[in-house]
This record gives sequence, C-alpha cells and structure tokens, in this order.
Amino acid sequence: MESVQNAVRLEKLTKHFGNVVANNAISLELHEGEILSLLGENGSGKTTLMNMLSGIYYPDSGQIYIHGKPVTIASPKDAFAHGIGMIHQHYKLVDVFTATENIVLGLNEKGKLNLKEAGKKIKEISEKYGFEINPDQKIYDMSVSQKQTVEIIKVLYRGADILILDEPTAVLTPQETDKLFAVMRNMQKDGKSIIIITHKLHEVLEVSDRVAILRKGEYIGDVLTKDADQQSLTDMMVGHTVSLNINRPEPVNPTPRLEVKGLTVFDDLGVKRLDDVTFTAYSGEILGIAGIAGSGQRELLESISGLYPISKGEILYHNPKTGCDENLVGKDPMSIQKAGVSMAFVPEDRLGMGLVGSMGMTGNMMLRSWRNGKSFFVDKKAPEQLANTIWKELEVVTPSTNFPVRRMSGGNVQKVLVGREIAQNPAVLMTAYAVRGLDINTSYTIYNLLTAEKMKGVAVVYVGEDLDVLLELCDRLVVLCGGKVSGVVDARTTNKREVGVLMTRVGGNGNEQ
Amino acid sequence: MNSKKALFHISKRGELPWLKVWLIRGAAILLALLVCSVLTVLVTGLNPFAVYGTMFKGVFGTARKTWVTFQKLAVLLGISLAVTPAFKMRFWNIGAEGQVMVGSLACAAVMITLRNYISSNLLMIVLMLVASLAAGALWGFLPAFFKSRWNTNETLFTLMMNYIAIQLSAFFIILWENPKGAGQIGIINASSELGWLPSLFGQQYLLPILVIALLTVALYIYLKYSKHGYEIAVVGESERTARYAGIKVERVIIRTMVLSGAICGLIGFLLVGATDHTLTTTLVGGRGFTAVMVSWLAKFNPLGMIFTSFLLVFLQLGAKEIASTFFLNESFADILTGVILFFIIGCEFFINYKIEFLKNDRKGA
Amino acid sequence: MFDFLVSFIPRAVMQSIPLLYGSTGEILTEKSGNLNLGIPGIMYVGAISGVIGAFFYEQSVPAAEMNAFLAIAIPFLSSLLGSFLMGLLYCFLTVTLRANQNVTGLAMTTFGVGFGNFFGGSLIKLAHSEVPSIALSATSNFYRASLPFADRLGWFGQIFLSYGFLAYLAIAIALLTAFLIRKTRTGLHLRAVGESPATADAAGINVVRYKYLFTCFGSMIAGLGGLYYVMDYANGVWSNNAFGDRGWLAIALVIFTIWRPNVSVLASILFGGLYILYLYIPTGTQFAVKELYKMLPYLVTLFVLIIVSLRKKREDQPPASLGLHYFREER
Repeated sequence: MESVQNAVRLEKLTKHFGNVVANNAISLELHEGEILSLLGENGSGKTTLMNMLSGIYYPDSGQIYIHGKPVTIASPKDAFAHGIGMIHQHYKLVDVFTATENIVLGLNEKGKLNLKEAGKKIKEISEKYGFEINPDQKIYDMSVSQKQTVEIIKVLYRGADILILDEPTAVLTPQETDKLFAVMRNMQKDGKSIIIITHKLHEVLEVSDRVAILRKGEYIGDVLTKDADQQSLTDMMVGHTVSLNINRPEPVNPTPRLEVKGLTVFDDLGVKRLDDVTFTAYSGEILGIAGIAGSGQRELLESISGLYPISKGEILYHNPKTGCDENLVGKDPMSIQKAGVSMAFVPEDRLGMGLVGSMGMTGNMMLRSWRNGKSFFVDKKAPEQLANTIWKELEVVTPSTNFPVRRMSGGNVQKVLVGREIAQNPAVLMTAYAVRGLDINTSYTIYNLLTAEKMKGVAVVYVGEDLDVLLELCDRLVVLCGGKVSGVVDARTTNKREVGVLMTRVGGNGNEQ
Repeated sequence: MNSKKALFHISKRGELPWLKVWLIRGAAILLALLVCSVLTVLVTGLNPFAVYGTMFKGVFGTARKTWVTFQKLAVLLGISLAVTPAFKMRFWNIGAEGQVMVGSLACAAVMITLRNYISSNLLMIVLMLVASLAAGALWGFLPAFFKSRWNTNETLFTLMMNYIAIQLSAFFIILWENPKGAGQIGIINASSELGWLPSLFGQQYLLPILVIALLTVALYIYLKYSKHGYEIAVVGESERTARYAGIKVERVIIRTMVLSGAICGLIGFLLVGATDHTLTTTLVGGRGFTAVMVSWLAKFNPLGMIFTSFLLVFLQLGAKEIASTFFLNESFADILTGVILFFIIGCEFFINYKIEFLKNDRKGA
Repeated sequence: MFDFLVSFIPRAVMQSIPLLYGSTGEILTEKSGNLNLGIPGIMYVGAISGVIGAFFYEQSVPAAEMNAFLAIAIPFLSSLLGSFLMGLLYCFLTVTLRANQNVTGLAMTTFGVGFGNFFGGSLIKLAHSEVPSIALSATSNFYRASLPFADRLGWFGQIFLSYGFLAYLAIAIALLTAFLIRKTRTGLHLRAVGESPATADAAGINVVRYKYLFTCFGSMIAGLGGLYYVMDYANGVWSNNAFGDRGWLAIALVIFTIWRPNVSVLASILFGGLYILYLYIPTGTQFAVKELYKMLPYLVTLFVLIIVSLRKKREDQPPASLGLHYFREER
C-alpha cells in the first residue's frame, strides 16, 4: 500500500451533555476504502462521536477533516454534502411513507418529484449490492431488516462514499448479518469507506480491516484486525482483564414454579406475537430466554404479568406462600404482582416502563406500594425507607431519594429498578435487558443479585441480548423464534452455534423465507 | 464548502434553583408590563404610572369593584383548577368552556322547569347542584371514554364539545326566552329568588369565593397526597409504567375527566345560582380557554394558580377601567392579556434551556 | 326544489369560503407539525388588517377616483402582512422558544380577537359612525365584482359565476395546496417534518425553516378568510365579533376532511350549508331549532373524528408529531 489517504480525520473532538463528558478530545482516522470497527462498551461514546460526524450533534471543540480538508459539519445536510451517510441504530424513517419516499426524502434533485424514476434507481442499487426490496412498500409494513435495507439504500442513493453503521447487527438474525457483511464487502470493493459501530467482538474480527477502541469517552487506540484477537480487544475495551466466568452455582432443589402452556397472543393490529408457547420455570434456577430482538420476549413477559391480552393458553403458578396452584390468565397486573410474580423490564429508553422519570427513588418505590392500606391518601414512609435501603445497599449514585431518576445515569437507574423488584420478595423474578447499557462491573453486580435470588429458591427468568451472558449465567435456555419456542436447551452443555441455529429456525422475523 | 458558523448553541439545562426560576418569570412579567405601558401610553397619551393607577382603581377602587375582582378571580381560578387534574395526566382538555356551559345550562334548566313544583329553596339548590355536576361530568366523560378506548384525539374532541354545548344552550335560551321574542332568558326567578344561593353577611359573592378557596386547598391535597393524585402523575408520565404498576389507565383517565367536568359543572352552578342568575351563551366568555393558560402558567400547581389567575383578572379589569376612563374599546384588555401571555410563555424557554454564545475562534472553511 | 338549490347553493358557497381559507391554512400548518389553535385569532387579524388598509385608502381618495388595482391590492397586502406577523409570532414562540403549542395558540386567539375588535372599535370611532360598525362599501364593490356576463347565464351563472375573485382564489389555493402536499418534493419534505421531525432532520431537511415557512403561509391563507368575510360576504361592513366562531369551525373542517384541502373545497360548502340550513327549513314558530342546526357541523366533525380513530388507518391519523416541539440535541 502507498501512503494511506484519510477519508475522515477527527482531531480532538469534545462533546459534553450537561456535566457528563461524552467524548473527550478524541482523534481518529478512517482510511480510504477501509472498513473500520469502532469498538467500545455501551456508553463509551461511540454513537456520540459518530453523531458529530453526521451532523446530529455539534462538537463543543475540535476539528473534522474530510479527504484532508478541514470542514464544519453543523447539520446532517452538511454531512451529506461531504458524502457522509449514517445508518442510525433507531431507524430514521417516516412510517406512513413508502420505501421510495423515504429514500428520496431530503434530496433536492433537479426537476419534478418523480417517484417512478427514483424507484428504478433504487432497483439498480439493490441489484448492484445485493439487496431485496419493494420500493412501494410502506415502512409500517416492513420487518426490521427490511427497514435497515431502506436506510442503507438511502445513503447509497445519495452517493455517500463514507458510511457509518451504528450497531447494524443488533436486530438481525445471523443469516441476515451474513448478508449485511457481504453487502459491506461489495461496497468496500466499490471504493466506499465504512465505519461500523459495534460491541460484538466476533463481528469485529470477521468484517473489519482495523479496529479503533473507545472507553468511557476516551480514545484508547487502534489495532489492525489481523493482529487482534478476542482477548486483546476485550483488554483494550474494558481496560483490565475481566474474567468472563460468571459465578454459576448448581440449582437448588428445583420444583416447577411457573408453567406456561400453549400461550398464544395477538397484538392490536391482529398480528400473532406468541404462538403456542410452552415451557416451565423451576424454583432455584435461572431460566434464560434467548432470541433475536422482537421474537416475542416482551409479549411473553407482559402476558405473564397481566399486561398483555391473552387469547389462548394457560399460565399455572405454584404459589409457594399459599401452596396453591393458580392460573394467572385473566388476573390483573396488581394481583399477579401481589401473588409473587415480579417483573423488571428495561426498555430501550430505560425509563418507558417500570420507572417514572420525573419522580425520585421514593416516588418510584411507590409504584409497587401506592395502593397499600385503606386510606384515601398514599403512604410515603415505607417507600422512603425502602429507597434509603436500596440507595445504601446497591450503592446508587444520587444526591437524594427525591432526585428525579431521569437524571441519574443508566446503571443507577437499573439498580433502582431491579433492587425494587427484588425487595418485593418475589417467588418468580422476571428481568428483561437488566444490563442494557451497563458497564461490565455494574453488569456483574446485577448478575450476582440475580444469582443470589436463585439461591434463595426464586424462579428467575432472564431475558437478555448477549448470548455469551445467557450461556454463562443461566441454567436452562428457552429459545424464542418468531413467537414460537424453537427449543429448550441446557445452558451448561449447549453452545453458541446450537442456540444461534435455534434462534433462526422458524423463519426469523418472518421475512426473507 | 459554504458552511455557516454557528453563533450560539442551545442545550437543555438542569434544574434551576427556584429563586432563579422566579426571577426569570418576574423579569418577563415586568418586561411585559413595560411593553403594555408603552402600548397604553401610545394609545392614551398618559404617563404609565397614571395608567397603572387607573388600572389599580379599576380593580380595587371601590368595595364593589373589589368584590367583583374577587368573584372573577374565583371563577377563573375555579375553572383552572378544574382542568388541572386532566393536564397533569397529559390529557389536553380544552373543553372547559363547554363543560362549564352545560353545567350552567343544567342549573338553569332545573331552576326554570321545576320552579312550579318545588317551593323549598334548599331542595331546589341541591337539585341544581346535582344537575350541574352531572352535566359537567357527562361532558368530561365523553372525550375521556373515546380517548381511553380508541385513543381519539382529546384536544379536537373537547374543542368540538364546546360548541355543541354553546349551541345547545342557545337552543334552550330561545326555548325559555322571557319575555317572548326577547331572545334571552332574563333574570331567572327574579321575584321569588327561588334557587338563588344565599348571601353570606350580606355579600352575594362571598359564598362562591369561599367555595373556590376550599376547592383550591382540596385539589392541592388531592393531587399531592392522595392515591388518585399519584395515579394521575404516573399516567401523565407513561401509560405503560402505569399499567405495569397495576394502575387501570382507562379508569383513571375517565375518572379524572369526570372529576374535571364535574368541577366545571360546579362553576356553572355557581355562575347561574350565585352570581348571574341568568343564562347566556357568553356566560363563560372564553374563560374556559383562559383557564388552560392559567393552569399551564402555574405549572399545574393549584396554589400557583391563585397568582396566575389574579394576574389575568387584574389585567382584564384594569384594562377595562382604562378603556372606560379613556373611552377606548373594551377589547384593549384582550390585547394586554395577549402581550403578557406571550412574554410569560416565551420566558419558559430561558428556564428550560441555556444558550451559549460560541467564541469566534473556530476555523470556518 | 330546483329554485331552492339555486338560491341555497350560492349562499352556502359564500358561507364556505372563509372556512375553506381557514382550513387550508390550518392544514398546511398542521402538516408541519404545528397545531395552531390561534387560527381564529389570526382570521380576525387578517380581516381587521384588510379593513385598516381599505379604511385609509378610502379616506385618502374620493370614492369616484379609486383605482381598482389599489383598492384591491392595499387591503389584500395589509391583510397578508397582519396574518403573516401573527404566524411569525406563533413560530417564534413554539418553534424557536419551544413553548407549548396549545397554550400559545389559545393566547394568540385571545390576542387576535381582541386586536380585531379593538381596532375595529377604534376605526368606528374615527369614522364617527352612528352605528357600531364600519362600512367600506367602495372597497367592497371591487372585491365583490363578478364576471359581467354571469347574470345572463341563469342558474348556471348564479351557482358557479356569481362570486368575487377571493372565492375562486380560495378554491385555487386549496387545490394548489393539495397538490403541493401530495405531489411535490416540498410537500414530501413538509409531511416528513410533521410526521417525524427527527427523520426529516437526519435527511438534511431544515425542520425549523419548514415549520416557520408553512406555518406563516398557513396563517396568511387563513387571514384571507377573514378578509373575504369582511370585504365580500359582509359587503365591507366590519362590526365587532361578527366573524363569530368561524375560526373554530375551520379547525373542525380540518379534521372532517382528514387533512385534505381538496376535499375541503366541497366539505366547506357542506359546512357552510349546514351553517345556514336553518334559514331554509321551516321551523314554524320554533325559532330555537335553528340553533340546533348550527350545532350540526360540530356534531358531524365529532362523528368523523370518532370514526377515524376507530378505523385506525395509518394514513388517516393526524400528523404524528402534531403538537410536539422538536429539539435536536434532546436525548
């Protein structure tokens, strides 16, 4: 190779959000025609950095160079003008528009708006790089992977030569991921320079030429992929070697606690979300629920908690307090919770469910106790005490128990949520994405909390995204695929490949096949 | 490339100390008063102090005027209180106008249709009250029902309900017109005073004022300390969280709007039974809309609403006084109100966001 | 029956034009994601600004020497200016200062109606009028001029050709707006801004500019509705509060037509017809019933609102970001 040309050079970019430094004087280069992985844990500042490159955020200080020239990128429009196209993690698409309308959105081509012509051009691009797409389909009718395709074509249509993909594989099946990587290589052959944001090591090793690593808003360094392996990347990413071994004691005296039989639900648009789901959760074990995003995990947990309308099936609960068997179907959320079935669900925005952002810890403790007592007024004393206990025991960082949880950092918010659910002394504890966006140390705190619950004889149900964690934390795994159970496996003996196959067995998201 | 340099940068700021918040609001109000006085001086040619003197005279000039001020304050405050629980729930009820209107209509209906059958004043008043509350509650129930079942847009729904209520009243006013052909009802039960609320200590307005004062405290406690209040706060934040906490969202929405509507009905009852003793289509006179602003300006705090509603009533009556002293049009009051509102609405920005001016040392291309 | 239609339709149409202007303006505004409840106030401002312009022109020139072009252009432009400034104020507060749209809109309606009535009242005083109204009949004659041969075409002329130019302009603007929204690049961008400003922003569309531009355009169009009302419908007579609640009816029309200005052309006539239907229906001695007829437009709108929400068709819903402000760095 001759002297490398830089497609992008970032010089000391800094960005603050309030008092938090999201990016601290980061310098980074993207060479022409290379695939660069931007690696870092959640919250390390990868997306913020790329948002500055694509004009979503404006840097507090620092300078951006494109193809060697200093530029100011104040808006996405400026970014396009420099040939930069970003595919965001949350797709920026207008639901009621067609694929074509979304793709030409924001373009100022000469002449009248001609959607037919645009449709043709889209077909050409699809054929060139190997996409499958119907230009006239409305976005609200599309699967996640189809939406991603629209996003990628959108930037190619604009002739971008620098592409940024923000965690593109998080929502894809392994097969779809392979297709995406093939497309990326086609684009690289075509001379495009690509940055892929990810925190999945095997993908980094598979697709990229070079890896740049961020940690807690700081630039750590870069390494050629051919010189890197999982261990060295982990070290750079985490800072110090963390043993991936999660403490997993044998289950204690497992007895059936929750039996789900033939559960079938439909969403409000009439789409079947769970199809004849059957499994049993035992006391004293952690039952993992694996599956790609949107396979019915949320619907399953919400159905059990009484938050989702059930059209068929039974949920038998062996209540250890009363010794009786109860069918949870048809009960309201309050009485299910009172019977001992708790749920801590961390949605994408972390607050949407389970916590009230504008209230402090105390107000959020009240979510579980507000109805206690016959008085017309709420009791604030008990929740205040509970808040104080969690504050101390889980080392939550907050100025006071009345400080709005919305303004606490992610890990602390999740501690509040999980801590509260554990404090209910549940017999069944369901958590979903409990470590979403947490650094590794806090994640381990959460794993230990869950394992401690398991050792107390609680039936723990753990919905997670990261297969490695599922395999090391759980005792058994239920694999969901397209709303169906595609397999139940022993987490100690199975491997990633087997689970990966199960995750995609029944037609993935319902598309492609 | 012709990239423009950003001159300043706006970002959301953390919570300001309350003192600073009120300093900003105070400054906005002062600025608004300044603009208003310039406006007034331009129109009247008077010095601004004289103008505010005149306003003050219009508001507190005589005992009678003071009573009127407090009565108007009570009505506006009452309607603002009524819309507040719904707003806290993020239910944009702009239908207070109609809800008060049907409350008044129901009250007048009882007074007129039952006057030949009932002679007990107390029984009459109880029936009036029940009818007003029920009518207001119904007007609150309908949009809430459709919102909770089918997510029908409540802003537009309640807006339509206003005019249905007003036209309904117009219909009955002509049906009951007195004398025939007058197109208006006149004072109801003028000779018998049947169904008129009693004057306390010889003051006709004292009773409604006391009722509203009590209501203010009650609503403050209701929102802050009751289970219902907690439910309302959670539903306003996130319906999903509310469901998760076992709150029956549909029921809370409907219950809260029924309460909102019923309080509006109560105001209608006070308007007809205690102060006006008649029904006209302009009885509410846009106060249902003004109340939205009062409630919002006070950040949905019932105690804060005492001040915001006083501010608006002061402006209205003061400007009216200026208008009549200087032979101006009464609508001058609306212009002043508008100006003040614009300033207060605008100043919230400086409470929630901070602006940083960027130094010009950035290398532009 | 035929005679009834020939006399009824032109009156319904004249009644409909202010509503058509108002709803077209509001649709354009709402498509940008702004729920402008200040439209009723803006229509008052549009009307009174036109009246002020006409008043001073009439005062400065004897009626016989009035120039047709100026007589039309001066009130027209002052009306546009007045409502433009109102639109600008709304945008400054809701877009730049991110104020609550409902509250801002309501404050603007208070202000606008007060503004109209105040200056209307002041002009009445200036003109030393005996009655509480001000008549600008000279200007109105220019506005009301219809095609000279319309009278000779019998019923056809009456139904289709008997109106002043503002009526045809209203229909033209409505159709043009419909075309703009559905078929052009600008319309596509505008709809994107109203549906999902974050998406539009990411696509390089200047969200703030679109919101400002189309909210101001919308205000100006709505303001013309006020102008039409005074200059044409009311024969140039301004009296306070005469415009009534037509502004709210225009907002009702927006929902009734499910955000389609082209549908609004006919729907506004339906509303106009409902508004005056009572004049044609024998009510005997029961004058009260006519008030119930006046309720009909609101009732049918409510009905449409409910049906649309029941059917849940994605394309029929209000713009998804209606009423929300957009701040790029919010996270």
